[in-house]
Amino acid sequence: MAAIFTPGLRVSPRDIVLKDRRLPLEGEVLVEVGARVGATDVVARTDLPGKIFPVNVANQLGVDPGRLKEFMLKGVGDSVERDELIAKTPGIFGLFVSEANAVTAGTIESISTVTGQVILQAHPIPVEVDAYIDGTVVEVIPGEGCLVQAAASLVQGIFGLGGEVRGDLKMVAMDRTSVLIESDITPDLQDLIIVGGAHIGLGALKRAVEVGVAGIVTGGFDYDDIKELLGYEVGVAITGGEELGLTLVVTEGFGNIDMAPATFELLRSKEGARASINGATQIRAGVIRPEVIVTFDEDGPSERHVPPEPEGIALGDTVRGIRAPYFGRIGKVSGLPVDLTTMESETRVRILEVEFDDGSVVSMPRANVESIEE
Amino acid sequence: MTIPPEIRSVLATDCGSTTTKAILIEKVGDTYRQTFRGEAPTTVEAPFEDVTRGVLNAAMEVQELSGRTLVNGEGIVTPANEDGTEGVDIYISTSSAGGGLQLVVGGVVRSMTAESAMRAALGAGAIVMDAFATNDSRKPHEQIERIRQLRPDMILLAGGIDGGTVKHVVALAEMVAAARPRTRLGGSFNLPVIFAGNKEVRPQIQELLGDISDLEAVDNVRPVMEQEDLGPARDKIHDLFMDHVMAQAPGYNKLMEWTDTPIMPTPAAVGLIMQTIARRRGINVAGVDIGGATTDVFSVFDGRFNRTVSANLGMSYSVSNVLAEAGLGAILRWVPFDIDEKLLRNRIGNKMIRPTTIPQTLEELKIEQAIAREALRLAFVQHKEFAVELRGVQQERTIADAFRQTGAGATLVKMMKLDLIVGSGGVLSHAPRRVQSMRMMIDAFEPEGVTELAVDSIFMMPHLGVLSSVNEEAATQVFERDCIIYLGTCVAPVGDLGKLPPEGKPALDVKLRKPDGTSVERILNTDRLFLVEATRDEEVEAVVTPLIRSLDLGEGPGKPLRRKLRGGVVGITFDTRGRTIRVPTEPADRVPRVQDWVAAMGEYPEGGA
Repeated sequence: MAAIFTPGLRVSPRDIVLKDRRLPLEGEVLVEVGARVGATDVVARTDLPGKIFPVNVANQLGVDPGRLKEFMLKGVGDSVERDELIAKTPGIFGLFVSEANAVTAGTIESISTVTGQVILQAHPIPVEVDAYIDGTVVEVIPGEGCLVQAAASLVQGIFGLGGEVRGDLKMVAMDRTSVLIESDITPDLQDLIIVGGAHIGLGALKRAVEVGVAGIVTGGFDYDDIKELLGYEVGVAITGGEELGLTLVVTEGFGNIDMAPATFELLRSKEGARASINGATQIRAGVIRPEVIVTFDEDGPSERHVPPEPEGIALGDTVRGIRAPYFGRIGKVSGLPVDLTTMESETRVRILEVEFDDGSVVSMPRANVESIEE
Repeated sequence: MTIPPEIRSVLATDCGSTTTKAILIEKVGDTYRQTFRGEAPTTVEAPFEDVTRGVLNAAMEVQELSGRTLVNGEGIVTPANEDGTEGVDIYISTSSAGGGLQLVVGGVVRSMTAESAMRAALGAGAIVMDAFATNDSRKPHEQIERIRQLRPDMILLAGGIDGGTVKHVVALAEMVAAARPRTRLGGSFNLPVIFAGNKEVRPQIQELLGDISDLEAVDNVRPVMEQEDLGPARDKIHDLFMDHVMAQAPGYNKLMEWTDTPIMPTPAAVGLIMQTIARRRGINVAGVDIGGATTDVFSVFDGRFNRTVSANLGMSYSVSNVLAEAGLGAILRWVPFDIDEKLLRNRIGNKMIRPTTIPQTLEELKIEQAIAREALRLAFVQHKEFAVELRGVQQERTIADAFRQTGAGATLVKMMKLDLIVGSGGVLSHAPRRVQSMRMMIDAFEPEGVTELAVDSIFMMPHLGVLSSVNEEAATQVFERDCIIYLGTCVAPVGDLGKLPPEGKPALDVKLRKPDGTSVERILNTDRLFLVEATRDEEVEAVVTPLIRSLDLGEGPGKPLRRKLRGGVVGITFDTRGRTIRVPTEPADRVPRVQDWVAAMGEYPEGGA
């Protein structure tokens, strides 16, 4: 059967999810292969080096950098407290004494007799990585972290904001075409992950932050509202570090776009279940998609699951149009002609034919569809 | 690596982030021609993690098309056999896979030694992740934090002229030492650091960075204030790129054994061919390569080469950043129809998150080409700001100089002296009509006087850049015959157009005579485009006279231009829209004006908007 490869988003009622839980720097892994872990269990920890503060002590003391060591009260490697005296000149008959104090608590890293700089390093900052999902540790990367695997329902979004959060799923939209407005966001939604339909407006989003909603899953969202929300534009789709008070997962794209039926129904079937969501998105090499994960309350496979190679799009597959004039429309592949076809734009491309629910059949460049992988 | 005395066939590959492109160059009679090409997905990343697989796949495609055996079990077959049925005389390659070559640079003063270091790094084909200086607006601890976060392939440290400041250069090195930067690709090796600053500070630099980095010292990039010496730093960057970066990347050790010359970073190779062409034809050249994420601009003016990378100006991954930097209004001025602004913002956002999509409708194509104009324009503005006379040079100035805005810090990119603009990248090379590429480039670069325009047909410039380091004649021949497609010539006066009525007023008297004896005469009003079809082979006798006294075509204000002009696949375009191009801001005025331009050039199928 003819097939083409087109990257798609997974919407899967039952999948094997593997999450890479690694430290930003080498550290200690606290779990072993085979261990059952809960989403909030710490699996690895390390200490990030503290901030570096260069201070020109020679200037402060008014001495030649070459003589700085004569006046230092602390040496390289010594611990200091914030504001502790680290250098002092004897002055003249006890007068005109100059002093330098530590600008931070930490350690003296170096003393330069060329520049007169003393470099202070603040105390290390402890960092912990949790399991993010309930599951089983299937691999340990010594000194770095581990892989946690679980059987779960999975919805991948196309764009998100904010990092990892957990909460119970709550359907707020009546159906997949609904638009969430401010009055839909009530105080009882605190700590929940709420599911919308085709769109959420800025007012409703701000209200959700106010009431303490943990996360929002929506079909569409306006690109303009990102700037309103964050105070800056997202020019390149690399996100996840935003601190906007909740996590946003957009499943379809920018604009008012009905959530795909399979996505909406899957989320509805999981209402009340505990979900782990992450808005982190990276469109370039090493693609990262925002996601909603609801793990099953059971032991998944204990061996590391290797996902099958993507099979590409074949006749009968469900696809989503991802560019005008069919943006957001969902249909089934009804033809995969081989020859190049000239589009209205006069671009000559390979196309596929898609049949929509109403029976109409249209042609689209193969690059302009996305498979909905189940 | 031995280069045979006579080269009859060359296989060249460019390993890009997504695609590996292979071309076969053969000597046909007395001239070198590009004869076959093939491409395959790049295989640097999982699951393959071996760049040579993509290279072999691309070479296999060339093999199948050409009938010449290029691949055996062990790699590329070199040298060729007697009858040319097997192998090639040399195999060469460039690479930008895995994000290319990424550098952090430092210098004492931002606009002087740090800028020289940046020029050396960019010229070597690198992306400059950040530039540090002792007069940085960031505090030292903020700079250290930033160096820690970045994971470059190497650091280039300049600072101080020879015999100049010691203290500031050491302070810079202390900052690097405190940050203890790590390499991008990880592994156990130390981060390469090149010191190209005050040579008298080398012992102190060795003491500070010798143990924690793989330190190499080369000649100062700015030995004296009045002079830059970028060659040694560039060469060292290339050496380290091969020895450290490439050697760490999957499969590159094998690829390095196959190639007959060192693997070159792709942009460095493009820079090389630009310089070769400029030198051989004795012209000033500007080139642009607009990609999905970044836009590279190159220029060679009076033999001086500059390259810039606009890291976040591109047509897909960073398309929203074009919107952020240019503003919606700037993009809209090129759109020949009215459109809801919110809808347009969402469409651009959707292109960012679905970067591989292509315009199906005419409306989408027009929007995409409007965005391209702004990405190109912004990248060129950045280039002009960077490609400048050396700053910090003391100059003797006369009274006359005091009234002139030139001297130290003035841009080298003098548009009136620019002879050729070469465009490359999907939106320019693959535009459905070549005239669309020509207009995008005219609108974005605003060429002045007489300027030829061309596009790179299949992105062959990197291959030809490496080839030029081995056989300049072959590279030049293929460049002229198979690589670039001449679109034509743009003739545009500069000067004050003043406040004019909507219909404009007569600006140019155009008289053309083609070799076949036909002639074209036209009085061209202000704010107009006028296209005359003419091929590259036709030399058109032109007399173009400004009808507004302030207008200058390069001969002086009000003076007529008398010269031969050459066309191309599009022709000769006369542009009286002013510099900067005047576009009305109100949609009611803008749309008909832009539609006029579209119609004059025959850009789109319906002949209008």
